[in-house]
Amino acid sequence: MQQQVFSETLLESVRRRQRASKTFNYIFLTASSVAFITIIVIVGSLFYESLFFFNQVSVVEFLTGTEWTVLFVDKKFGIWPLMTATAITSAIALLVAVPSGLATAIYLSEYARPAIRRPVKSIIEMLAGIPTVVYGYFALYFISPNLLKQLIPGVGIHNALAVGLMIGVLIIPIVASLSEDALYAVPEDFRQAAYALGARKVDVVFRVVLPAALSGILASIILAFTRAMGETMIAAIAGGFRVIFSFDPREAMQTMTSFIAQVATGDAPHGTVEYQSIFAVGLVLFIITFVFNIIAIRVVKKWQIRY
Amino acid sequence: MADTVLGLGWQESRRVRWKKTLDKVAPILLSFGLFIGIATVASLLITVATTGGDRLSWTLITEYPHPNPANAGMRSAILGTIWTVGLSALICVPLGIAAALYLTAWSENKVIKRFIEINIANLAGIPSVVFGLVGLSLLTYGLGLGRSIIAGAFTLAVMTLPLVTVAAAEAVKTIPEALIHGAYSLGATKLQVTRYIILPRALPMMMTGAILAISRAIGEAAPILVISGLLFIRQDPSSIFDRFTVMPLQIYNWVSRPQVAFQELSSAAIIVLMLILLSMNSAAIALRYRYQRRLTL
Amino acid sequence: MKKAASTSLIAGVVAALVVGLVAGLVLGGPVLGTGAPATVTVTNERTVTVGGGQVVTQTVTQTTTVARTVTVTGAPTRVELSGEIEVDGSSTVYPITEAAATAFMQQYSKVSISVGISGTGGGFKRFVRGETDINDASRPILSSEHELAVQNGVEWIEVPVAIDALVVVVNRENTWVDCMTISELKKIWEPGSTVRLWSDVRPEWPNQPIKLYGAGADSGTFDYFTERVVGKAKASRTDYVASEDDNVLVAGVEGEKYALGYFGYAYYPEAKDKIRPLKIRDDVAGGECVEPNDETASTYTYPLSRPLFIYVNKKFWNDKPHLREFVIFYVENGARFAKQVAYTPMPEHYYIKAAALLKAGIFDGLYELTNLKNKNAGPH
Repeated sequence: MQQQVFSETLLESVRRRQRASKTFNYIFLTASSVAFITIIVIVGSLFYESLFFFNQVSVVEFLTGTEWTVLFVDKKFGIWPLMTATAITSAIALLVAVPSGLATAIYLSEYARPAIRRPVKSIIEMLAGIPTVVYGYFALYFISPNLLKQLIPGVGIHNALAVGLMIGVLIIPIVASLSEDALYAVPEDFRQAAYALGARKVDVVFRVVLPAALSGILASIILAFTRAMGETMIAAIAGGFRVIFSFDPREAMQTMTSFIAQVATGDAPHGTVEYQSIFAVGLVLFIITFVFNIIAIRVVKKWQIRY
Repeated sequence: MADTVLGLGWQESRRVRWKKTLDKVAPILLSFGLFIGIATVASLLITVATTGGDRLSWTLITEYPHPNPANAGMRSAILGTIWTVGLSALICVPLGIAAALYLTAWSENKVIKRFIEINIANLAGIPSVVFGLVGLSLLTYGLGLGRSIIAGAFTLAVMTLPLVTVAAAEAVKTIPEALIHGAYSLGATKLQVTRYIILPRALPMMMTGAILAISRAIGEAAPILVISGLLFIRQDPSSIFDRFTVMPLQIYNWVSRPQVAFQELSSAAIIVLMLILLSMNSAAIALRYRYQRRLTL
Repeated sequence: MKKAASTSLIAGVVAALVVGLVAGLVLGGPVLGTGAPATVTVTNERTVTVGGGQVVTQTVTQTTTVARTVTVTGAPTRVELSGEIEVDGSSTVYPITEAAATAFMQQYSKVSISVGISGTGGGFKRFVRGETDINDASRPILSSEHELAVQNGVEWIEVPVAIDALVVVVNRENTWVDCMTISELKKIWEPGSTVRLWSDVRPEWPNQPIKLYGAGADSGTFDYFTERVVGKAKASRTDYVASEDDNVLVAGVEGEKYALGYFGYAYYPEAKDKIRPLKIRDDVAGGECVEPNDETASTYTYPLSRPLFIYVNKKFWNDKPHLREFVIFYVENGARFAKQVAYTPMPEHYYIKAAALLKAGIFDGLYELTNLKNKNAGPH
């Protein structure tokens, strides 16, 4: 009798756990699909509104034109000026963030004492926590007039250099933190083997550990690059709204995100071609980000050393 | 690597000496890596403190916006931020943790995992203002939620979801695999392992990540400007369907006024915002510090 | 132990939300409704001039709402006005409306007014759908916007509130120009302009490139400047430093010796020692060099002056006593509010007369009270 009761209870409890497991499965799956649903919705909206836009504007002109005068009376719809501005500001940002972030990551991972490591990591995280409006106004009212103007002739109050520098500072934590994780994950065996062969510390760090972590570091750089491309407020505030097809960082130039911000918060009512253009620009930005993310995954796979 | 002394006699080769110097110099040079970041932030803080320091007062925090700078405060912005970001955290933290648990501990399907990872990476690259635009058309007009706190909160939640998810996933990855495998080998179900092994150990770090993600949400101006469109409101929110404004918007409002006094007020508002962020960051760091020391197997 | 810490964190967040909720409830207070009024309906047909010189026939249905607790004059009792008013529209008019709203809410603490800055066009888009009570506008309503209003059954009351002027400024070290003409400005700013150097405008000026600073292209200020100076809205060269924050333009001109910029007059008083304003001569209309100040702006003598409006939803005016009182209050004290935020008030006696008309329920001819000619601002 007792045995019967025991096995029934066991079966019941197993079934109960299976049910609970299934329920949680659904809950987790739903939660994870929020990200997917959101992307679909956002991309869908971008596509949908862009259809209206491309009804009125030729795709060829959009993709090949070098003048963007959407808000003026004589409208030209060539996206290249916005793209070069985004490219330049993001490139400058990388020039700032990669050496700085990578150096910090190497230092923290290979050289720093544990006592220093934690507070420095925390300070790095604070860099990313500063609101972008604050960075933007700091670049506009302090960096441009007091620093850049004194050092470089031909720099105006709005310039791509200030934008790039501030975005660079903003993304240092991304590069630093992800690279540090990558370096940290390299097994100690690699380092010990190198030392055993007579290598000095610089050899170990730069010729063994760094190449081993290369895939993770490259992934962090690409992630930081896409973040830099998507930065809105710094570009809008410190870069200004002047559209120009130029590669000179001293010029004031409007990036893709800055244009979207200008029109989204400006006077143009919904349904006008000016307003719809921001969805087309947003779509282009998304596609570029998407492509870079795919590249990042491929790169990580290709360069990854399995250990 | 073959620069051993072997075969070269007792004299060190030039190469070895060069490497010895590098060894000493490298840590110093590398630690300069942070220089540009810290210098920028330090000068930013000093600039803000000197321009806005005088305007810090109770009036700033307890009063509503006012055309006269002496009477103006950011009360509606502070409350709006608390309501909106708080609500968005309530939405996005559980979702992010659930998604992270699914990705790291639950799912056995590699395709789905890769798929979700790609989605999250793409979500992180979309400019914030686009979230605002989609939120406006879908939530405000489409669902009829109005230009309200709930619409803003949903938008912010979706924006910070990738950060929370990634941070939570990282938290789970720090748990030694041996522990998890040991639990499974003792016959634990997935649910049991998640609930009793993974969650308790990962939760503090997840909270840290959540706090950092929320800190970013507090500083967002563009999506809120699109959704709320509001700069002036002299009322405290009493429901999630109320109109609202947030701190970065108040800063943006004041800094564009002609009067110098308003520029100073916006610097003071920045100080208030940074103090709040600083306390949140410190809480996150304290949490992590406390639990990393106790990390046992 | 670890569970306790994480639960306490969650408890902390929840507690913060609860505190915020309680604080909001305690301080905000519930919104009271008004008693059901008796209504009287009168229908009239009026002919109204809409922006752009077009004449439009508007069917005016006036519904007068009489509150239950009525005094001899028919106005609602002073005791409790309550309700919400939603204002949106131009960021140029915004500071004046903010001043009016603050003062009004200090008198009537149960009225809640919120003011947005979607822009004149964006604001009208919402206004013609009946989403807002008042639209701040830095230009008159367009015929296309009016048609949408008609389609949606929205009738509006146009109320001028103040005057904005655009100042054209140069750097303090600029010693060679004192007065410019509209034609010269047009030559500099028109699309495809070949002017690069100061000497391209007048040969005696320096052989240096002009650095241009102006309003961003998605703003009412830009629309106005281009229409007034170049002759067509949004017609402008594109290679100038553009910002919708006039402080940036001030700083830009201040730091550049060969700069030339334009921005709203409200930003000039604070910038007096930083930049120098130019006198403008409307050579097209045969005028003299006029310097920008309150007097010349308020009489349109200064060529770059324009009127600022608020548009009120007529149905809401009839239905909501607090909205009525606010608009009347706004107009009665309009001069004070305009001066408070460094804008130019309408000419003398306008505000009193306009308020009287509004109180009597007459909504036409408000602009004519200003005695200023062209609604699209200044002689064309």
